[in-house]
Amino acid sequence: MTTNVIEKPDYNFDIVKLFTLATCFWGVVGMLGGVLIALQLAFPALNFEPYLNFGRLRPLHTSGVVFAFGGNALFATSYYVVQRTCQVRLWCDKLASFTFWGYQSFIVMAALGYVLGVTQSKEYAEPEWYADLWLTVVWVAYLLVFMGTIIKRKEPHLYVANWFFLAFILTVAVLHIGNNLSIPVDLFGTKSYSVPSGVQSAMIQWWYGHNAVGFFLTAGFLGMMYYFVPKRAERPVYSYRLSIIHFWSLIFIYIWAGPHHLHYTALPVWAQTLGMTFSIMLWMPSWGGMINGLMTLSGAWHKLRKDPVLQFMIVSLAFYGMSTFEGPLMSIRAVNSLSHYTDWTVGHVHSGALGWVGFVTFGCLYYLVPKLWNRSEVYSLKLVSIHLWVATFGIVLYIAAMWVSGIMQGLMWRSYNDMGFLNYSFVETVVAMHPFYIIRALGGLMYLSGALIMCYNFYRTIKGDVAAGEVDKDGNPRAAVHTGRLPQFQPAE
Amino acid sequence: MTDEHRKVEVDEISGVNTTGHEWDGLKELNNPLPRWWVWVFVACCIWGAWYWVIYPSWPIPGGATKGTSGYTQYDELKASQAEIIKRQEAYLDKFDKSSFEDVMKDPELYSFAVAGGSAAFKDNCATCHGTGAEGGKGYPNLNDDDWLWGGTINDIYTTISYGIRSGHEEARSSQMPAFGKDSILKKEEIEQVVDYVLGLSEGKSNEAMPGYAIFQSNCASCHGADAKGGRDFGAPNLSDAIWLYGGTKDEVTNTVYNAHAGVMPTWQARLGDSTVRQLAIYVHQLGGGEKDETKSVQTGVQSPVESPVQVSE
Repeated sequence: MTTNVIEKPDYNFDIVKLFTLATCFWGVVGMLGGVLIALQLAFPALNFEPYLNFGRLRPLHTSGVVFAFGGNALFATSYYVVQRTCQVRLWCDKLASFTFWGYQSFIVMAALGYVLGVTQSKEYAEPEWYADLWLTVVWVAYLLVFMGTIIKRKEPHLYVANWFFLAFILTVAVLHIGNNLSIPVDLFGTKSYSVPSGVQSAMIQWWYGHNAVGFFLTAGFLGMMYYFVPKRAERPVYSYRLSIIHFWSLIFIYIWAGPHHLHYTALPVWAQTLGMTFSIMLWMPSWGGMINGLMTLSGAWHKLRKDPVLQFMIVSLAFYGMSTFEGPLMSIRAVNSLSHYTDWTVGHVHSGALGWVGFVTFGCLYYLVPKLWNRSEVYSLKLVSIHLWVATFGIVLYIAAMWVSGIMQGLMWRSYNDMGFLNYSFVETVVAMHPFYIIRALGGLMYLSGALIMCYNFYRTIKGDVAAGEVDKDGNPRAAVHTGRLPQFQPAE
Repeated sequence: MTDEHRKVEVDEISGVNTTGHEWDGLKELNNPLPRWWVWVFVACCIWGAWYWVIYPSWPIPGGATKGTSGYTQYDELKASQAEIIKRQEAYLDKFDKSSFEDVMKDPELYSFAVAGGSAAFKDNCATCHGTGAEGGKGYPNLNDDDWLWGGTINDIYTTISYGIRSGHEEARSSQMPAFGKDSILKKEEIEQVVDYVLGLSEGKSNEAMPGYAIFQSNCASCHGADAKGGRDFGAPNLSDAIWLYGGTKDEVTNTVYNAHAGVMPTWQARLGDSTVRQLAIYVHQLGGGEKDETKSVQTGVQSPVESPVQVSE
């Protein structure tokens, strides 16, 4: 491929490397937490009171995978993509460096709070006021770095990936501030009280919660997809027009969908209806990204056969499509009356989180790590393939177990006999779910194993090794390199 | 859209024009929106708009649009509850007016009571007694015929209604002395009486044992001279192999030394008389129910027969 920019800018890849390593580290920590809490649900004896019980580890897991793993991945890729597609070095090295250390310290602050029992009890927004204030500072710095880079760009137009990244950064700032308006009880204490209360608080919480999914886990990762999928496939993006329409429809509609988390609650019906209908309308705007990603391979499908990195990206788009269909379905009030509060929701979230967010991140990292450390390819594409299959089977076990368990749970709760009595008590539903909890933990363990394989692969890649018998993504053989016989590499471009 | 950077090319593989922009080697094709995508999107929007007409949806001054269906969550709740109430009503009225004796004679009412009792049991009693009523340490097994406070329907009804040491004024209540902690018996005396009691269920104890005399003067008043228990006091039968707080030497010694006084809540106010009666019938038929020797009873809170004298603390 040709490029119309002759001079290569001096990109700031050091910061991208840091965020990439942090992504791997927190990914393993967060997934390990997930496996542990899955086992705690199956075997309650594994709750270690008080610091390591389910109630404290659950937010550690969710924040660990969403904000620590996903967040660092977004920082890494957005800093990489915005430099490459604007053809300039990242604006203000020091501020960029601050976003790294600031963000890591936020994660540590939040995690410490969780195990010590400090929480404001808002799902995905558990950190208390001091951590929230700190994150606000870090996030504004992120916005400045990103915007600064865009402003000094050498390209006349903004690449689509940057629209998504910018929408993600801006909206998350608004969501974070909106949902964390609270008054500390005292300046030296951790406790605060939310400014809105009751149903208003619940509504704001789910406006935040759903758009954490929409803008953090969807828009941000679509930004990744829009750069790395065409790059790896070496094909143009399928449709510029589709990218515009689906971008604007996605961000316009997503922000309304939150109330579907509060069906059949004290939230007025009119708000529930709006949340539900906008969720249905969101189906096609969500799928626009999937179509654009998948169709980018049209004419190049043969590349998918050989390249496990591209396979990761394409499987992620398939899971993305599946969970963005399942989401609107579950937002329908009648469906929700069955699915709400059951494991079906947990399965839905994980098909999106493991399948879409996790896989697209793995795919991007497999592309990114060799580029950053100036290697032609990762240590072993065979290991990438093993990671792909272990993790895919893990996801299938996970979500299939949760579908069966969740739907069973929902049906048992609502089951009445001829005489008008409940057929099952709550504890019987828990007993019935036990086998599925074990299967789920097994699926999670497989997914974690895949991530560990990836970390090993990166370790060897960064060391400069190439596994024996490796071919590159086009099927050409590569010479094996072992530690100690490290060839001289050019410094990163 | 014209600018100097645009270099529209034709993509060789698809034959489609690019938009003419390029970023880091990335280009975009100028494919139109997929037709099916547009139509499904439009259909979803139309469906949403149609839903807004039918259901409450948009906030307006003074509330929100009501929708043509007049839907409210309360109506939906009432409708689904009505279905359940209808099913129960077919039996409930008759059940409430029938005595335990009449219910036992009417297979339909009886199975209604067992079904209702079963549902209530699993939600309220299973926490302590287990889903199969198998009990646990400190919580009696309700399947056997070893009853602390009596196993007739009326006994069970009274126990469930008012509880045991629940604080209700009608509650069943008694207190075993803490023989060791309160220095009523010496350490060796406790050991002797424990040996005697443990030997009873194995058929090894006899009147020559030193524990026998201690038992007769300290324990027999509640547990009976033959140690077969006393239901007036909720005192367990000590001659069988069933142990509420464990039957090892250490456990029995602990019981004699510290004494136990388990608590069961009163359910009358919380569940209502009808459900308590269903529960009594359900527990009675689990396996150990005893025949009522006294006369059958009226329904209602005041119904229990001249139940055995309550021993208060």
